[in-house]
Amino acid sequence: MYVAVKGGERAIANAHAWLAEERRGNTDVAELSITQIREQLSLAVNRVMAEGSLYDPDLAALAIKQARGDLIEAIFLIRAYRTTLPRFGASEPVDTGAMACDRRISATFKDLPGGQVLGPTFDYTHRLLDFKLAADGGQPEAPTREAEPGDVPHVTEFLNREGLIEEAPHDDTPPPDLTREPLEMPADRALRLQALSRADEGFTLGLAYSTQRGYARNHAFVGELRIGTVPVEMDIPELGFAVEIGDVSLTECETVNQFKGSKTEPPQFTRGYGLVFGQSERKAISMALVDRALRWEELGEDNVGAPAQDAEFVLYHADNIQATGFLEHIKLPHYVDFQSELELVRKLRREASAAQVQEAAE
Amino acid sequence: MSLMAKAPEGRVAALLDAAMSRPAFTWLRAPEIGSTMVRGRMGGTGAPFNLGEMTVTRCALTLRTGEVGHAYIQGRRQGDAEAAALVDALMQTDAARRLRETVLEPLADEQRATKAARAAKAAATKVEFFTLARGED
Repeated sequence: MYVAVKGGERAIANAHAWLAEERRGNTDVAELSITQIREQLSLAVNRVMAEGSLYDPDLAALAIKQARGDLIEAIFLIRAYRTTLPRFGASEPVDTGAMACDRRISATFKDLPGGQVLGPTFDYTHRLLDFKLAADGGQPEAPTREAEPGDVPHVTEFLNREGLIEEAPHDDTPPPDLTREPLEMPADRALRLQALSRADEGFTLGLAYSTQRGYARNHAFVGELRIGTVPVEMDIPELGFAVEIGDVSLTECETVNQFKGSKTEPPQFTRGYGLVFGQSERKAISMALVDRALRWEELGEDNVGAPAQDAEFVLYHADNIQATGFLEHIKLPHYVDFQSELELVRKLRREASAAQVQEAAE
Repeated sequence: MSLMAKAPEGRVAALLDAAMSRPAFTWLRAPEIGSTMVRGRMGGTGAPFNLGEMTVTRCALTLRTGEVGHAYIQGRRQGDAEAAALVDALMQTDAARRLRETVLEPLADEQRATKAARAAKAAATKVEFFTLARGED
């Protein structure tokens, strides 16, 4: 129970003024600009866009600055801003097959059309602190080589030709939207993918890891991981046709999973899918593993009671803004709630000690 | 329109102003910031799902001579939307050829070059496997 109490206004105003001062830090040190954050902390910006579920690098950089680098607070700011925007429409589904790839690797096929392109990756670095960056990063320059023109085909297409992997048949059913309708169970795969794409990276990673360790084991290979930009096309009502209204950078992960077959499906490889805004590789792989685990029912697999198979558990706890909202509210005044608990405990103690006295007397 | 939607901030306005002085116009819809829900497909090719939104600015205007121009561009860029809608309207006038040469073609060249520069860096990170002889003898 909450009651209105007055008297905190001055303290709150002063707390916020101090917050602003602490955010700025030592004024002898140059202030961070939004463009510096956008350009030099781009993976933090990408995470805020992905989990804030709004693609706008400048806004995400502003949110990171305002939140003093607390990414969940920054995501909160983006989610709040998002609700103020009028929705102009929905895009055509993006064509990731036509992605301009910065990175494209497959853990299942060594030699594949388009090749293994590493891109700007942390993989194969030694994870040793680079003290050159503490002094002066300089102006590094990446080598170049002539690129082969043409789209890079998806790896699963090769397996599809042999019928060894389940297909993802083309379909144009309009998807449900959890920003318009409350998330309710049972959630179909389209709704699950929307929820997972904006889910907390840490939570999704933990669940994905649990499937690898044996809780709903489905042995995933990264069939393909690609990072790059795709154009976004939208139907413009005034024009009556679709035009490209911008580019977004995306990370896509497609897993290939062992599958012995079930009552309804033949033995073949199955697929998990991850698609996330920005360069968000860990999140995209995690999403694909969790997506695959949640598909147990449609594939006729057994429910072994693993957390990652429980759509209700996964989807109702994956949103870090809902989670932190409920978690952090318990620090706000609960004086009346607590007063009643206090009264109750005092009463129970009185009764218990009275009973003891009576027992001793007998 | 897609060239102008993807142009860097201020670029369309700079090219337009270098090409000609802006004609008078009236707003049919003043620049408005909103969002578009970006969709993906399951497995890249299957049924669509909602991925997340992106910010978009749109506007519509009409020239004194009656041509209507529209703009839908990524981001929160009211000035850029205005310039894009103006070019869209002017492309229906006698100025079309001049604007194609001074605004649209330079934008296309720039975007092609940016894309190629990135693709060339990616190509340099392509792995070239070779097999070492195994010392089994």
